[in-house]
Amino acid sequence: MVEHSIYPENQEMVITTSQVNFFYGQTQALFGISLLIPAKQVTALIGPSGCGKSTFLRCLNRMNDTIPHGRVEGEIFINAKDIYAPGTDVVELRKEVGMVFQKSNPFPKSIFDNVAYGPRIHGEKNPKRLAEIVEQSLQQAAIWDEVKDRLHANAMGLSGGQQQRLCIARALAVGPKILLMDEPASALDPKATTRIEDLIGELRTNYTIVIVTHNMQQAARVSDYTAFFYEGQLIECDQTPKIFTNPRQKQTEDYITGRFG
Amino acid sequence: MNNTADKFILLSLRLITYAIVLVVGYILFDIIRNGFSALNWQFVSSFPRRSGAAGGIFPAIVGTFYLVVGTIAVSLPLGVGGAIYLAEYAEQNRFNSLIRLAIITLAGVPSIVFGLFGLGIFVLFFGFGPSILAGSLTLACMVLPTIIVASEESLRAVPKGFRDASLALGATKWEMIRTNVLPYSLSGMITGAILGIGRAAGETAPILLTVAAFYLPRLPKSVFDQVMALPYHLYILATQHPEAERIRHMQYGTALILLLLVLGLSLGAILLRTHSRKKFRW
Repeated sequence: MVEHSIYPENQEMVITTSQVNFFYGQTQALFGISLLIPAKQVTALIGPSGCGKSTFLRCLNRMNDTIPHGRVEGEIFINAKDIYAPGTDVVELRKEVGMVFQKSNPFPKSIFDNVAYGPRIHGEKNPKRLAEIVEQSLQQAAIWDEVKDRLHANAMGLSGGQQQRLCIARALAVGPKILLMDEPASALDPKATTRIEDLIGELRTNYTIVIVTHNMQQAARVSDYTAFFYEGQLIECDQTPKIFTNPRQKQTEDYITGRFG
Repeated sequence: MNNTADKFILLSLRLITYAIVLVVGYILFDIIRNGFSALNWQFVSSFPRRSGAAGGIFPAIVGTFYLVVGTIAVSLPLGVGGAIYLAEYAEQNRFNSLIRLAIITLAGVPSIVFGLFGLGIFVLFFGFGPSILAGSLTLACMVLPTIIVASEESLRAVPKGFRDASLALGATKWEMIRTNVLPYSLSGMITGAILGIGRAAGETAPILLTVAAFYLPRLPKSVFDQVMALPYHLYILATQHPEAERIRHMQYGTALILLLLVLGLSLGAILLRTHSRKKFRW
């Protein structure tokens, strides 16, 4: 289904999935998903609730491992490594593939300790180096100027939008190449949403981003490629403008024109 | 109509609450009123004389303190460990629900049964004899369910978001638990410990068979020594003493000291809990 023709000729691919099935116990949630994720581009996963887009996203950093009776079939290659191969180090994988969640979830610790959490558990002890990483990550997440004077204040005191950008900074601090975002702005007001979208625009120069979103305007604004999921199947994936102006599949058209979902 | 019913319910609930407070208040008032006259420095700092009819209760205070500390030292690590296993690692299956049910049932076992169990296992089988060690272990078995249940609840109350975020940052499961679950559930665990302290300090039956002595001329030197303990002392003074009628003030005084000791220990734990709550709020 996915044809290379939708990508420029020399586009490098970071994630390749082939025939991925996912089961919650007896219930199959994903059916044969084969998708390519291009490097340093934003790929949006859209589709109605329960279509499997979040489940698919969580396969990419093996967060689905924590689901009791969850089961994955098929192959997922990230940087040419099969991430479900026996002996895969999940810790290494998750250092490579960061994640931002729908509901901002800063730890009830200081802003500094939030961002330093990842580097610390990976063994960085040097206070000077930690301070550098924290500043750099907060700057990348466009929140440094707002928090630089209160790095040691509790992160729970930040606004919802700030908390979400802090979570992005925290994910960046580990030094990932890929960033998975699960509806990162769905709980935010329009202004905070715009800031997150702007931030995604800046991050795409350095990171490969996969974003799940309910908001089709958002997908249209922030992404280069869009994949449409429906009832656990990947219906189609194409360059974002194409999906929104001239989709190949009728189901896609019905969804984006608001006929269902 | 609905409004009237609502008011009626509210009023009944309020009256029930007041009634409970009244009962507890009266007990406290009675103990303080009658025990206050016995309180003086000599009472808390000297050994009993004339079989407890005169003198003080110092060794019983020390004994109960040792027992409480010993009990918590054994039951808190075990209970928290068990709770971590049940809440974080154990699969949700029938076998584990059975374990959970067994633990809850254990909390309802009469304390004299724990006493007999402790006598059989710790005093006789392990050969610790009647001792602080045997008594603390017995009391620890008794308060273990309370601590496990309270700790497990508090572990489960930690939001999934913190766990997901930790794992997604590359933490291993234990790193996640250690850095982002345990610190936030500390206050619930301390609550379990507070309840445990209260029970360990106040129970008579388990220590009767495993550690308590009515009179000892000196303080214990090691965990293999017997001790005097406040609830047992009180029990003897109130029911077994030939002069029971005449020494009511000694009995009330002992009860008051026991209450104050539990209050003091619990207060320490409550302060610790408040501190840990303040540190991590969400």
